[in-house]
Amino acid sequence: MQLFTKKLAIDFMRQRKLSLAISIFLVIVSVLSLSTKGLNLGIDFTGGYLIEVGYKDSADLKSIRAHLKDNDYADAQVQHFGTSKDVLVRLAPRAESNQAALSDNIFKVLKQQSSDVTMRRVEFVGPQIGEELREQGGMAMLIALFGILIYVSFRFQLKSALGAIFALIHDVIITLGVFSLIQMSFDLSVLAAILAVIGYSLNDTVVVLDRIRESFRTIRKKTPGEIINISINSTLSRTVITSLTTLLVLMALFYFGGEVIHGFAFALIVGVLIGTYSSIFIASSTLMLMNVNKQDFLESVKEDKELDELP
Amino acid sequence: MINQYPLWKYLLLLVVVVLGSLYSLPNIYGEDPSVQISHRTSAVDKETQSKIEVALSVKDLKAMSYTIEQGRLLVRFKSEDEQLKATDIIKSTLSRDHIIALNLAPATPAWLTALGAQPMYLGLDLRGGVHFLMEVDMEAAIARQIDDLTAETRSFLRGEKIRYLGITQATNAMSIKFRNADDRSAALDAMKKEFEGLRYEENDKDGVFLVSQLTEKAIRDEEKAALQQNITTLRNRVNELGVAEPVIQQQGTNRIVVQLPGVQDTARAKEILGATATLEFRLTEGSYSDWVTAQNTGRAPLGSRLYHERNGDPVLLKRRVIVTGDQINDAASTIDQQSGSPAVSIRLDGKGAKKMGDTTRDHIGDPMAVVFIENKVDTKVVDGQTIKTRRTIEEVINIATIRGAFSKNFQITGLDSTEARDLALLLRAGALRAPVEIIEERTVGPSLGQDNIDRGFYSVMLGFIAVLIFMLFYYKVFGIVANLALTFNLILIFAILSMLQATLTLPGIAGIVLTVGMAVDANVLIFERIREEIRNGNSPQASIHAGYAKALSTITDANITTLLAAIVLFSFGTGPIKGFAITLSIGIITSMFTAILGTRAIVNLIYGRRNINKVSI
Repeated sequence: MQLFTKKLAIDFMRQRKLSLAISIFLVIVSVLSLSTKGLNLGIDFTGGYLIEVGYKDSADLKSIRAHLKDNDYADAQVQHFGTSKDVLVRLAPRAESNQAALSDNIFKVLKQQSSDVTMRRVEFVGPQIGEELREQGGMAMLIALFGILIYVSFRFQLKSALGAIFALIHDVIITLGVFSLIQMSFDLSVLAAILAVIGYSLNDTVVVLDRIRESFRTIRKKTPGEIINISINSTLSRTVITSLTTLLVLMALFYFGGEVIHGFAFALIVGVLIGTYSSIFIASSTLMLMNVNKQDFLESVKEDKELDELP
Repeated sequence: MINQYPLWKYLLLLVVVVLGSLYSLPNIYGEDPSVQISHRTSAVDKETQSKIEVALSVKDLKAMSYTIEQGRLLVRFKSEDEQLKATDIIKSTLSRDHIIALNLAPATPAWLTALGAQPMYLGLDLRGGVHFLMEVDMEAAIARQIDDLTAETRSFLRGEKIRYLGITQATNAMSIKFRNADDRSAALDAMKKEFEGLRYEENDKDGVFLVSQLTEKAIRDEEKAALQQNITTLRNRVNELGVAEPVIQQQGTNRIVVQLPGVQDTARAKEILGATATLEFRLTEGSYSDWVTAQNTGRAPLGSRLYHERNGDPVLLKRRVIVTGDQINDAASTIDQQSGSPAVSIRLDGKGAKKMGDTTRDHIGDPMAVVFIENKVDTKVVDGQTIKTRRTIEEVINIATIRGAFSKNFQITGLDSTEARDLALLLRAGALRAPVEIIEERTVGPSLGQDNIDRGFYSVMLGFIAVLIFMLFYYKVFGIVANLALTFNLILIFAILSMLQATLTLPGIAGIVLTVGMAVDANVLIFERIREEIRNGNSPQASIHAGYAKALSTITDANITTLLAAIVLFSFGTGPIKGFAITLSIGIITSMFTAILGTRAIVNLIYGRRNINKVSI
């Protein structure tokens, strides 16, 4: 079985303008959403409480809310989690003498109302920790991008590295944009997924760049546009198949992995889709924009010559 | 000849396959419910074991096995029901110097254990339990240091017969006021010899002052000491709670991570871990009418301080402490024989016993007070700033007349039964040098933990099978080869996780799932290259060779960049992110090995050494 039996010759470079337009549109929408709506940050980053409890039968959210309100927890957000028997209670950090004890109090209050409730999960993140995690998260993202820029420019050259980084930023912004648009909770595991997306998308891009470099060195008498086209076409089936197998397992994770890693799996699915698209269209378009040519991919003979000529 | 591997490569693969299978094997054996018994001060011996055996056989219970390891006795049972019954019996059989904890012991066969093979270490989100991140209040530790220093200086100057007017305290310094400069220079000379870690400065503004400030080094030393002592105390307290395999670790310069697998009663764990309760014994001053006067005027006579009883009544106590909580060696909650009310029986150490003995002998007929001291921290968020205020609660829980001299052993009353039980525990475990505050908590109940394991396992399997089927259809014989490599990749990941005893968490499982998806990437790259070469009209053998050769640099580049991202994740991430990064990194490395070396070996075995005109790809 083969997806693409014939030798492929899709003219990706002719679609360049269209794909650039689509990407720019998506990035603008994402940035707009991020700057107006922002991300729905989870308690990992804001600090606060998250209490997941399980009931024997499906739980009535209204009465739980009312009961919590009567017990001085009017600001508690109550929602179902996964099934109707599981309930998630969320609270912002409070000025309280013993912050850590609050989650136990809430559980006690819920237990008063219905004795069959069981504690499934408690997360409490102090405000100072939330701030630290926020800073660390941003830092991790920047360092990952920077480290990759260095590695790729060392392995390829600057134009390819810029193309790869451009594609990565594109992927990260759009994935974040999706989380902002649908206001899905953004927690530590989603951040991990975004960083994994960086790794994955780069993996994809590097494969394409690698082939572009090889083609520039081996194919003669063709324009850069044609050479890039040939390279993308010959790596296309690999790009699609790897994305497919990765998506297969991510789907398994998304549907059967449990509620806790829902956001994680979702971020990866979005990231893999965008990453696949960007490694086909964006990285190569960036190369074209920078007027890439054969000279860029020659082994670095020129520099050595210059060094030799130095007195 | 191309497409042949030297013998050593096959042997290397064989060794890795055998070792990988061997070390991942312990994971398929389950766990036995068991009871873990250790002794507070000494190692548990055979004698204890036979005692338990006898006690269990009386109640018709039989343990599966007894093992003594590192001074701890592990008793395994067939079911959790038996385990719980046995725990009650063991508790009532052994003295309270034994720590009895419920545990799930891996049921790894002895021959595997002998090889050092262990099952993976499951994180709290999979086995259930509590994770606390605690912050040590270093300001309080320094304040206490200054407190102690002030008291020492007072008695030192008095001993040296150097007159001073008074001592005031600042954040990390104290300021001594003298009558004249001569006294000051005498004090300076004497103190320089006596105290270490102080920097002195003379100040003549509004009087003759000597400011003694803690040096940077002294502050750092004190912070280090506070952290270390707190870790020791927390470990003792956790042991008192009866938790098997707790983790208590320093994190950074002022934080402590506490992980308690299997603990469900988080409220009690929090109370006990963060508690600062301790005791002091003091003599009273004057009579009841003096106490009321002091209450009304708000002024206590020289050498005494105003305290309150639990009901709010005023009491004057002498400033001089007879014995503090530090001098208590052992404590247990009991019931007072005479009144039938809850009590704490206390045993003092040598120094404390001597002081108590001397004092009680000299003061028969006088009342003595027991002061219960607790530190509380109020945290408030004002305008996004966290503001902490500390307050110390000092309550007189009991005033009793000394009827006869006593020293080492005695008991106190005046608490309810829960307070008595907790206080006894805290006195046994030792005091915290500085207050701690829980700044992060992650608790996973047992039902969710099992759910997470089941779901994680299910999704790994499902994703794995989906990929297997896809590869089989898409690449036929080569697909089977890739599938073998993928299966073995999974085994290798489990083996390495088991060997490293790295913590497997739910995000860690997600990392494994992701590697399954991405591990075939290397094979897809190679196989697509081979197809390309065949389409270009090359011979099958040459195509296979060229496919592997040309794909190699691409695979390396692609994997190193992903590894780079994983390393960043690991070094910057906390908890859940770290778990994901570990499995992802391991997966990338093992998949390079299996997908390149592993598949090549099999392909060579199938197609090498013979003339073929067609490959099934």
